[in-house]
Amino acid sequence: MYLRHTPEKIIERHALTINAAKTCQPIGAMYAALGVHNCLPHSHGSQGCCAYHRSSLTRHYNDPIMATTSSFSEGSSVFGGMSNLNEAIKNIFTLYNPDIIAVHTTCLSEVIGDDLGQIIKNAYQEGRVPPGKVVMHTNTPSFKGSHITGFSNMVTSFVSYMTKKSGKPNGCINIIPSFIEPSDMTEIKRLLTEMGIKFIMLPDTSDVVNGPMDGKFHMFPKGGTTKEQIISMGDSSLTIGLGQIGAEAAPKLLNSKFKVPMELSDLPIGLKATDEFVNLLHEKCGIAVPETLELERGQLLDAMIDKNQYVSGRKVSIVGDPDIVLGMCQFCVENDMKVIHAVSGTPTSEAWEARLREICGPQAVVKTGERADMFYLHQLIKNERPDLLMGNTYAKGIARDEDIPLIRIGYPIYDRMGQQYMPVTGYRGGMRLFCKVLETLMDRQDRDCREEDLEFIM
Amino acid sequence: MPFDPNEFKEEALEAYTSKITKKRSRQIVVNKREPDEVVPEILANSRTIPGILTMRGCCYAGCKGVVLGPTRDILQIVHGAIGCSFYAWNTRRNKTRPTSPEDQNFMPYMFSTDLQEDEIVFGGEKKLLAAAEEAYSIFHPRAIALFSTCPVGLIGDDVHKVARELEEAHPGLNAFAFSCEGYKGVSQSAGHHIANNKLMMKVIGISEKAKPGKFRFNILGEYNIGGDAFEMERLADKMGLTIQCTLSGNSCYDEMTAAQTADLNVVMCHRSINYVAEMMETKFGIPWFKVEFIGADATSMAFRKIAEYFEDEELKARVEKVIAEEMVEVEKARAEAYEICKGKTVALFVGGSRAHHYQNLFKELGMNVVAAGYEFAHRDDYEGRKVIPSILVDADSRNIEQIAVHPDEAQFHPRKTPEEMEKLRKEGISFDDYKGMMNDMPANTLIIDDLNHHELEKLIEKYHPDIIAAGIKEKYVVQKQGIPMKQLHSYDYSGPYAGYKGAVNFYKEISRLLTQTPFKLAKAPWQEHPELTGSFVYNDGGR
Repeated sequence: MYLRHTPEKIIERHALTINAAKTCQPIGAMYAALGVHNCLPHSHGSQGCCAYHRSSLTRHYNDPIMATTSSFSEGSSVFGGMSNLNEAIKNIFTLYNPDIIAVHTTCLSEVIGDDLGQIIKNAYQEGRVPPGKVVMHTNTPSFKGSHITGFSNMVTSFVSYMTKKSGKPNGCINIIPSFIEPSDMTEIKRLLTEMGIKFIMLPDTSDVVNGPMDGKFHMFPKGGTTKEQIISMGDSSLTIGLGQIGAEAAPKLLNSKFKVPMELSDLPIGLKATDEFVNLLHEKCGIAVPETLELERGQLLDAMIDKNQYVSGRKVSIVGDPDIVLGMCQFCVENDMKVIHAVSGTPTSEAWEARLREICGPQAVVKTGERADMFYLHQLIKNERPDLLMGNTYAKGIARDEDIPLIRIGYPIYDRMGQQYMPVTGYRGGMRLFCKVLETLMDRQDRDCREEDLEFIM
Repeated sequence: MPFDPNEFKEEALEAYTSKITKKRSRQIVVNKREPDEVVPEILANSRTIPGILTMRGCCYAGCKGVVLGPTRDILQIVHGAIGCSFYAWNTRRNKTRPTSPEDQNFMPYMFSTDLQEDEIVFGGEKKLLAAAEEAYSIFHPRAIALFSTCPVGLIGDDVHKVARELEEAHPGLNAFAFSCEGYKGVSQSAGHHIANNKLMMKVIGISEKAKPGKFRFNILGEYNIGGDAFEMERLADKMGLTIQCTLSGNSCYDEMTAAQTADLNVVMCHRSINYVAEMMETKFGIPWFKVEFIGADATSMAFRKIAEYFEDEELKARVEKVIAEEMVEVEKARAEAYEICKGKTVALFVGGSRAHHYQNLFKELGMNVVAAGYEFAHRDDYEGRKVIPSILVDADSRNIEQIAVHPDEAQFHPRKTPEEMEKLRKEGISFDDYKGMMNDMPANTLIIDDLNHHELEKLIEKYHPDIIAAGIKEKYVVQKQGIPMKQLHSYDYSGPYAGYKGAVNFYKEISRLLTQTPFKLAKAPWQEHPELTGSFVYNDGGR
């Protein structure tokens, strides 16, 4: 057995996390900053943080992930990292010349108490920031939240540093997604475009971390929300946050600071959640839903009805990031599948957990936050076996040991291709997800059934 | 050589501020001009400049990730926020093969105290102790290692005290801690040293559970990435040699604790493990010499040296027999690959020894190394150990603990008499030495320490090597430009590349990279001929 020491008996732990179902804030901040055009993420801490985050994101996206570091030494850890950051700012503008440097903190710079706001203010005053350029920061102490909150913090800081209100409406709505794939950002943008809605999406990592092979390396690829767009977000008529945990803070700030009305929606994963998102756009923007979307919706529904027998009643365990976990649970439930475990290492809230329980039903074990880890999930699975497991690459040990098919969702996916190009959101993403689930379960049936039961028409 | 490497250097430095230019000009050197000339001095193991896109990682990565990570039954708890443990979880591809289904193997697990804000404020020692107790009760390890991450050193948690408390609470448990906070030193290298020290103090030499065998040695600095250590084990077995312990690829605790019973240490990755080699010689009287198992010819040479050391004719004959057997397949594969690879150029920027070792394999393929450099090595890895006395100890190095070891009263016994050692030296075995990478490289090649993104770009612009070997962060920067890139940390999830089977794998892999079809499809047909010449079939409706 691969995870040979995981006992069936669930032992309560109070201090030890084993096989985490989350990672730390700064990587989320780095990912969010990559979704801004001509922006270079900068990690204010030891070199290792930046190296680990870049490596992890590179493994997930199979694309260059560029980010710099303050390269703290023991001296900077004692005397503070101000001079390191000042030097970094100078070198970054000299060598790489981005429009924006997006600094995030690490546990190290947080513990020593570097006041990034002040350091950056001084940098502006002392003329270290060339005219027209932006240096901004977010606080992402790794001992709080997770990569999801880090992502949300960086998005919120873009707003707080850069957004303005001119008073002249820009004719757009703001879309703030949770930590999702560039493919999903593209799909959500397509839904909006189909509806004829003008929008600003922040961040937008499509065409950045899933760039094409064109024979050149682009330090700052084509995609990403532009500086002008971020500035203009205060003039939008509405902000929609997509994801209750990872997309709440920035819409709230846009609302409190610029009085931009906000709606907080779930990620449009599956038919019902996409319906809700489309309906929200329909109601708020006063736009009829185009036939093209009704066609996509009808096709997804058709597929769901046609093959319901193969998914109905199947038990599913889901582990990952909360907004995606919730979306997957809704998708499973609308297909009559039974979610028995939903686990996320990212801290959520009692209300959020209660809502998830309501969605999944009383049979589901729901746990989030500290020690809601894959070791715990594995123990749950040893006690009640699902037919299907949904989770990131690290769930594959459980899948192998327990012989349960795994569908990869969330972050990180180091061992498969596709998530960065093909969405799980919207009706088309729903179709892809449904077909994936179907194919996985049908492959199992073909593999496991008796010879005389091998079906050629399914 | 397509042009003068000095031109590269000049142009690369042009973009920098004067302060950076001053530093980088000492880290970019053009190798010796004449074969017998002394190699030039290089600046290494020096701080990375903030804001420069670097390949380097941290002290913790060197300690936990590199040295301790590959061993399977020391339960390793990372004390800190969740990320440090998460990123070190199954990402380095150190394979391990437990000897039975009951054998302990903790490598599939990551353990963390997942420090929260409260613990940062009020101290995390209690949580660390509680976490270790929980781990002990679930996993029943015989050894527990605790690793400090950045905040731990700053909030003042005494991880060593926690280790002592664990030992007091559980007689028979070996618990030890590493003060390997990420900010220490200038790279992973500091972490190697810290790991080496603790292994000497707490693990090596505490048992006598020697493996049986007549010719017993340890391999130091081999981490079994992609199964390299398996290949060495296979060959050693065939030759009748016994590997008592590998530090630390495919190793287990028992093997490590009795490493002092071996009669020879051979060193693979000089950078990460030379401290243990030296200390074991002082403490136990075990001689060491440097070997390379990367490259088929280097592998033969390494095993010949080992046989030479043991001064046994039967062993020597067996070694020759195995080499002859193994080389049949190697030569066949090499001949095939040679036709594809010969004359092609390569640049390697990786690690603290790999940039050197892998030149063996590229040379066997007839390829030319145009530039090479390490990520975290010291001057001795470039210029040879003879420069050690002249290396200035700066503030960053001074902070890394130096431990003094003395001959162990009970366990010290010189394996060879001074006369025997002298005789072996004369026969060509250089004990206690590493001649460094630069001495193995031709004149006019570029040596670049701690290569950064700007210099990599410049290198591609100027040299356009046929292959670049580096790590995951560089992988797609290179490949987007149409140049095949070989990862030499993770081997791109293949391997092994050590020994004979490894050489065959590598030849095939490099041939594949140089001939793969998709690279040739970069341009679409309309991009080849962008001029619009067709008739307006579409516009006039086909009429």
